[in-house]
Parts: sequence; C-alpha cells; structure tokens
Amino acid sequence: MQSLSNRKRVIEQKPMNIWERIYLPAIVKGLSITIKHFFKKIPTIKYPEQIRPYSKNFRGQHSLKRDEMGRERCTACGLCALSCPAEAITMVAAERKKGEEHLYREEKYAAVYEINMLRCIFCGLCEEACPKEAIYLDGSHVTADYLRKDFIYGKDKLVEPKFDITQLKQENK
Amino acid sequence: MEVAFILEKLILVVIVFVITLVIAMYSTLAERKIAGFMQDRHGPDRAGIFGLLQPLCDGGKFFFKEEIIPAYAHKTLFVLGPVIAIITACITSAVIPWGQELTIGDRTVSLQVADVNIGVLYVFGVIALGVYGIMLGGWASNNKFALMGAIRAASQSISYEIGMGLSLIALLMVTGTLSVGEIVAQQSGFVNWNIWVQPLGFLIFITCAFAECNRVPFDLPECETELVGGYHTEYSSMKLGLYMFSEYINMFVSSALMASLYFGGYNFPFMYDLGLSSNWITIIGVIVFFLKIFGFIFFFMWIRWTLPRFRYDQLMNLGWKVLIPLAIANIVLTGVFSIIKDTYF
Ligand code: SF4
Ligand code: SF4
Repeated sequence: MQSLSNRKRVIEQKPMNIWERIYLPAIVKGLSITIKHFFKKIPTIKYPEQIRPYSKNFRGQHSLKRDEMGRERCTACGLCALSCPAEAITMVAAERKKGEEHLYREEKYAAVYEINMLRCIFCGLCEEACPKEAIYLDGSHVTADYLRKDFIYGKDKLVEPKFDITQLKQENK
Repeated sequence: MEVAFILEKLILVVIVFVITLVIAMYSTLAERKIAGFMQDRHGPDRAGIFGLLQPLCDGGKFFFKEEIIPAYAHKTLFVLGPVIAIITACITSAVIPWGQELTIGDRTVSLQVADVNIGVLYVFGVIALGVYGIMLGGWASNNKFALMGAIRAASQSISYEIGMGLSLIALLMVTGTLSVGEIVAQQSGFVNWNIWVQPLGFLIFITCAFAECNRVPFDLPECETELVGGYHTEYSSMKLGLYMFSEYINMFVSSALMASLYFGGYNFPFMYDLGLSSNWITIIGVIVFFLKIFGFIFFFMWIRWTLPRFRYDQLMNLGWKVLIPLAIANIVLTGVFSIIKDTYF
C-alpha cells in the first residue's frame, strides 16, 4: 500500500560482510568502550558522607514564620489556600483574645493550619501570595511515612520553633 | 618416599589451596568492583575500606541462610552436586607449575605439586568431570529449569571440549610434551612464549575456556532471563555458595592454565640477564605468574561486562561450525609450518 504520510521507511538489513562476521573486531570495539568507562570519573555521590548541596531556590517543606518578637505572622487571610493550585491548604481562623498578644501578631490568627503534603506540588505560590510573609518553603525534603493521614502536616510541624533574634547571625547567601 | 618430601608437598598443597580460595573469594569482590567501574559506579564499598570485607560478609550471609532441600529432590545427589563441583574445581591446580625451584638450605623445592608427565590430559579429565557437579545438581533438583540448565551445561561442555582439545593438539605438536611443567620450562624469556607460535590456537582455547567456565557470553546453563537460575535454581545457602565459588575457582585455574600454556607461566623477559640469584628469579617468577593470572581474570570479567549472552543455537553454531574447523585448520597449519621449519632452517 502506498504510504499517505510519506514517512514510511523500509529499513534495510544488509547481510554482514566478512569483517563483521569474524565478530572479533566488534568484540575489540566493545572492549575498548568498556575499558574507557573503567577509567572514567564516577558521578555517584557517596550519600551519607557526601551530601549534595541544595540549590538556592530549592522549595522544600513549608514553615510558618514568626516575627522578631516570636509571634506567629500568619493572619489566616486564606490567600495561600486560594492561590494553591493543588488545594493543599486548609485553615480555621480564630480571633486573638486579650493576653495573647505575645503569641499572634495580628488580631486574627490561624487556629488550625494544615497542608496536605501528598497534594502539594511545591510550586511556591502560597509563598508568593502571602501578604504577611508568613509562609516559606525553606525546609528540606518532606520525608516518607506509612499512613496517608500522617502526611497532613498541622501547625505542630509547620510553625517554626521559637528563636532568640539577638542570637541570630546574619548569613550571607 | 622420605618424610621431608611428603611434608614439603603437603605444605605446598595447603598453600596453593589457601591461595586458590582467597583469590576466588576476592574475585567475587573484584567482579563487582569491575562491573561497577565499567558502569560508572563505585561497586560495593561499605564493608571495610574499598569494600575489602565484602567477601567475608557474603560468605557469612551464605552460612546463615536457610538450607532448603526440595521435597521431591534426590537428596544424596542434590548434596553431592556442589561438592563435586568444588572438588573438581580445586584439584585442577595440582599440575600447574607456580614457579621454578627454590633452594632452601641444601634442599631444592619444586613449586609444582605434581609434575605429572600427562599433565595436560589430567587437566582435561578433571574439567570433563567438572560438568558432573552441575549436571547432577540440576538433575537432582527435580525442577524443569534446573534440568534445562543441566542439559545445556552438559552439551555445551561436550561441544567446547572438542574445540579446546583440538586447539591444544596444535600446541602439543609445537612443544612435544604433555607435561605442563616442561611446557612452561620451554618458554623461557619472552620470544619463546607459545602465544607467538600459536595465536589462533590461543584464541580458540580462550573462547573454549570461557565456555567451559560457564562465563558470559557462554553462561547459558544459569541464564537468568530464561531459566530463573539455571542449574542452581533450587539451591540455597552455602550449597549455592559452593557453586558460585567453584565458578570463580574454575576461572582462576583456567587463567593459570592459559598463562602457563601460552604466556610463559613464571617466565618473564630478560630473566637470566639481570644477574639475579636463582631464588630471586623464582620469587619474581611466581609474582609475574600471578600478575599474568590476574590479568586473565580481569579479562574474564572485562568480557563479562562487555558482551551479551549468546542464544543457544548461536552457541552451538560457534562451537561446531566455527571453532572446530578452525582448530583443525590450525593443526594442519602448525604441521605444515613445522615441516617447513625442520627442512629449511
Ligand atoms: S507550594 Fe503550591 S501546592 Fe504546595 S501548598 Fe503552596 S501553593 Fe499549594
Ligand atoms: S500564610 Fe499568609 S497567605 Fe496564608 S493565611 Fe497566613 S497570612 Fe494569609
């Protein structure tokens, strides 16, 4: 049949000539290829001793930031959840009571804040959407786990630990 | 026979045996390392520096694995299989001359366990026996894959033994002796090596040696892609370990054989021109011999990680239609050349 697409090609299989049929030249060629690889530099990284540095704009696990006084920055505005293409973020907002000013920076805060790490695609849009600079994807990898429910990270895993700002050293990135 | 003689041979046997086992052990590591390097990997490097303890770990693992003898296997033969395989692998080395004579005090100690005057034939006999280990094991497992592997091993070894024997006949025509010790002694220096007079014979011999050792590209008896594990499908624990071990010992011994038959054994270039005492020549000779052996072992592995496995019909074609006619042509050529040499030079 005539080919309509004009892309049909008959592959020609020539009979081997005597040089190819002796088979030895081909073996020698193969041997030379493998011996070249024998002396090549090995690209493998010996993992536990040698850790490949993350790239500067690596996006890892999220962390909810605190301000310079140790208060949570998030105001539960929901912009991150709205911007999230994977629908990974949910939260429950609550109003700050009197006497809680040292805990939350804004009058409204997230009582529950959950990210489903199985849904998240680490696009970083939540980070970009946040008006309060409260969320950053600056952690390392999200590690493996056994159960699906354990991949829903709550505030216990997301909010960064308290630190003393006076002890913090300026790092040049 | 005097006691000292027996003692001397006994010590030599033990030394050779230990060296054989150690080399076989470390061949397993070398194989994996070389495979790694040829595939741009590191190979095992966690057990000890450079992975040097890996063979010990592997051995230990083999011992602690569960021994399974399948319910419908023939028990005696099933156990006998690996035993025969390893014994035949070990006893081949008896006729290999590891070096010249050492003079200790007023005794001269020959570094060959037994200089049998039919050494080459002895090697052949033992190699032919070697396939029994595989055959018995494969047959006694009562498993169709193992049986297929065993049949393949048997027919492969028969086919390639002919080619090997014929290639050796040409060599024997040149050397005029069947004793391995004498064959090596004739090749002193560098220009007398048999490889220069028998290049084609060597090529046939090494191909057949690969086939006899069941090494890639001739490892059809244990071809994983078709036969699960081939003849050792049903084997577990140290019995499997013995099969693996006998493969590596075979490789070592056939490397030693090729080095001594074709590459001058312990002879090295200018050995008598350097003005060394005979003991030093012997010691350097032994080292040189082992270097040659390691070279061949490396070549075995190099080939393994380069070539794919043959199809079974290709294997048979190569054996019967290529190697045997070539070997016969080699005999004829050798005969013609030696007559020309005798009459005109
Ligand atoms: S990184 Fe992207 S997918 Fe993940 S939570 Fe933020 S917006 Fe959603
Ligand atoms: S993390 Fe930022 S964007 Fe998300 S709810 Fe909190 S303040 Fe709003």
